[in-house]
This record gives sequence, structure tokens and C-alpha cells, in this order.
Amino acid sequence: MRVMAIAAVAGLLAAGVAAAPAATAQEHHHKAMEAAPPRGDSIYALSASLVDQRGRSVGLALFRSHPVLISMFYATCPDACPLLIADLQRIERELSPRIRADLRIILVSLDPERDTPDALQALARARHVDESRWRLLRAPEDTVREIAALLGIKYRRLPDGGFNHSSVITLLDPDGVVIVRDEGIGGLHAVLLRSLRAAQSAPSR
Amino acid sequence: MRHLALTVALVLAGAGVPAASPGDMERVGPGVLRPVYAPAPGVTTVDVAAFALDRLPVTNGEFLSFVTGHPSWRRGRVARVFADDGYLAHWAGPVELGPDARPDQPVTRVSWFAAKAYCSSRGKRLPTEAEWELAAAAGDTSPDGAAEPGFRERILAWYARPATAELAVAGSGQPNFWGIRDLHGLVWEWVLDYNSTLVSGDSRSGKSADRLPFCGTGAFTAGDNEDYPSFMRLAFRSSLEARYTTRALGFRCAGDAEVASR
Repeated sequence: MRVMAIAAVAGLLAAGVAAAPAATAQEHHHKAMEAAPPRGDSIYALSASLVDQRGRSVGLALFRSHPVLISMFYATCPDACPLLIADLQRIERELSPRIRADLRIILVSLDPERDTPDALQALARARHVDESRWRLLRAPEDTVREIAALLGIKYRRLPDGGFNHSSVITLLDPDGVVIVRDEGIGGLHAVLLRSLRAAQSAPSR
Repeated sequence: MRHLALTVALVLAGAGVPAASPGDMERVGPGVLRPVYAPAPGVTTVDVAAFALDRLPVTNGEFLSFVTGHPSWRRGRVARVFADDGYLAHWAGPVELGPDARPDQPVTRVSWFAAKAYCSSRGKRLPTEAEWELAAAAGDTSPDGAAEPGFRERILAWYARPATAELAVAGSGQPNFWGIRDLHGLVWEWVLDYNSTLVSGDSRSGKSADRLPFCGTGAFTAGDNEDYPSFMRLAFRSSLEARYTTRALGFRCAGDAEVASR
């Protein structure tokens, strides 16, 4: 009951006060013509210092010029995170070899305390992810909050050291602009797959 | 332990951070918060360490000097991922307040990213939700306002009023037990972890619960059933995205407890 009530109130409040008009295609185009990288509608506008599973320092835009699937997780997560990785791998398998070769995948840890590069490397090996195209990233706590904010991911640290978090897979175009968000972990990801195939066929700048 | 010695990234603030000025802040806490949600199954309280909090919400005048010194946060220049089209829309211009934004009124129509960047530029940070709620739970004479007659009723009466009237100036309200003003009755305020409230995917999107939208358990259970003001704030925050700006949403900054004790 309480959950339902909160959702209803939240919906009303969002409708009343949080008018966030989406950018039109024309506006996107004009922004692009200004050619001042990174674009203002790109999440790569966030300058962030991260470290990957091999201990290399990277920025959020490390896979610029590629379509990117990005999400957040933590390595010791018992339930949703293994499903998240399995979903991403299933999405990969359903793509043509050409599209798959161009796709990059970024998972940012919610748990920088425990998810050291070594822990992330161990997870990458255990899950047999293709490390030539996947990066498991660690960021300072403040940066984690900012990336979650950009991706619309909610999370809360639990007293036992774990996290409650929403699992959202976001597809970014080669400029880091959000194409689509998918919250259906364990689902078919039909929209995501369709968008990925369409994004790939569009000419990149 | 939670503050790791990782690279400190003042990513949105730029360089040249002045020290927080202690005169603007009061020490709040330590205290124990009884949130309307259970942070985890079986957990009903949250210990909040002492911290420093701005006595007043940030004003138009203060925010004007921030955007003057940080052009990337001016209206028209700010990246669209950091603020929506309503950002500072009531100002006369990117660096001009005009008749609809007096210098001593609280700044509103600011996004979470902008509020965060402002606090960083002052050597401060946004308060956490638990910190803000602890400060806001205080009444006139005690840390627990709920025990004072009419406390919750006054807050709810404010929530019930349409947000169409002109905003009063910052500092109009009486200082609470901690010496903090305007936590209620003026504007809603951003908190650092605004995006920490997990409403179940079931109720929000109608998707099947077995799709596990959340990792972990116990996303939401009831705490104090009488605390409707906190419940309203929780609902409001859960509706926000970081780039949103609204006419009635402002912020104030927090810092470590030593700042207010200096």
C-alpha cells in the first residue's frame, strides 16, 4: 500500500514540478554542428577519473566513437548483477558479428571500497567477458553518485555492505548521447536490440 | 572507510576552491534519525554523525556570483545533461537577476549537478538525505520537533499551499534548535543522495516483479506512520532526476563538523 501511494505521489509531483522537456532532433543537430566536444547532451560532458579492471586510468569517454552499453553493478552482488552481466552477454550473442565487434560495454562499480581492479579482473575472468570490448570500472564515491545521476540509476548502501540499486542498461551513441534506457533485467531487451542495430547503421561523425 | 583515498576529482567545480566560511554554518548533530523507510530489513534508525550545515538556503545573489566566476554553469552554456531548459529561467539573463529573482531570495530552478558544483566551489558539499532530515526534524526548542505541538501540522500546511506566491527572502523563518532557518516553509532542497530511494519496479512501471529491478532486498518498508512530512519529501525526491529544475526547489550546502566549530 505504502509503495503504491509513494509511486502515485511521486508521479503527481513529477508531473507538476519537474517539467524536463526532451531535446528535439533539430536542437541535437545544431549542437552537433557547433562541434565543441564533448556535446552538452552527451554524458561524456562529465569529466571523471576511473580505473579499469587492469588498473589503467580511463575517462568516461574511453569508448567514444563506438556504440556503448553502460550500466552499474557491484561485484559481490548476489542476485541482479549476475543477471545483468548474463543479459549483456545474451544481447551480444544476438547481434551480428559486425555490430558486436563495434559495440563496447562499460560496467561502473557502485562499491569502490571492495571492487578493486583485482576484484573486477577476477569477476571479468569468472564471467568470461570479452575484455577487449568490456571494461569494469572503479571510480571515487562522488563520481559514482554523478554517473548514477546521469544514467538515472538509484542506489542505497545497506548496513551489510551491499547495495540496493536499480538495474538500468543505457545505450549510448558514438558521441555519448543516450539513445535508450532499458530497465527490464531478465527480459528480452527487444527495444535495446532494435536500437543497437539501427544505431549501427547510421553514419557516425 | 567510505572515503577512499582515490583520486579526488573536483570534476564539476574547477580549481581554486576557497575554504568554507564558518560564519555561515551551524554544527548539527550527532543524532539518531528514524526514517519513514527502513534503510534495510529490520533496521529502523540511522546514526548521523555531527556535521556543519548552512544556516540559510543559497540565494540568487550567491548563485549569481558563482555563475559569474564559473561560466560553464551559466544559463545557455550549461551542458544539457547537467540541467534542463528551466535552469535559472526566472533570471533576466545568464548573469543578471532582474525583477523576478531578488538577490536575497533563495535560488531555485537549479539542478542537482549545479547545486553540487556550487557547494564544491565553496569548499562544501550537499548534505546527505539523512543529514538534511536530521536537521529538519528539529523543532524550535528540541532536536525532535515531532514532540512539539503543531510541528508537523505547520509543515503540512506549507506543503498544501500552492507554490505560486512570491518567495520570501532567505532567513525569513525562525532558527530551529540547531540554529538553522528555512528548512520548512520556503523551498524544497536538493540532497546529495537524492537518488537513493528505491520504489519497487512493480509499482512504478507495472513490470513483472520477477525481473529483479533491484539488487538486494527490502527496498521499502514503513517506519513512523505518522511522519507524513518526511513521507512527502521522500516521494518528491524519488520523482527527481539530476538535471531537473523547478520553481520551488533550491538547496543549501553542508560540510564537516569542524567547519562550524572553528
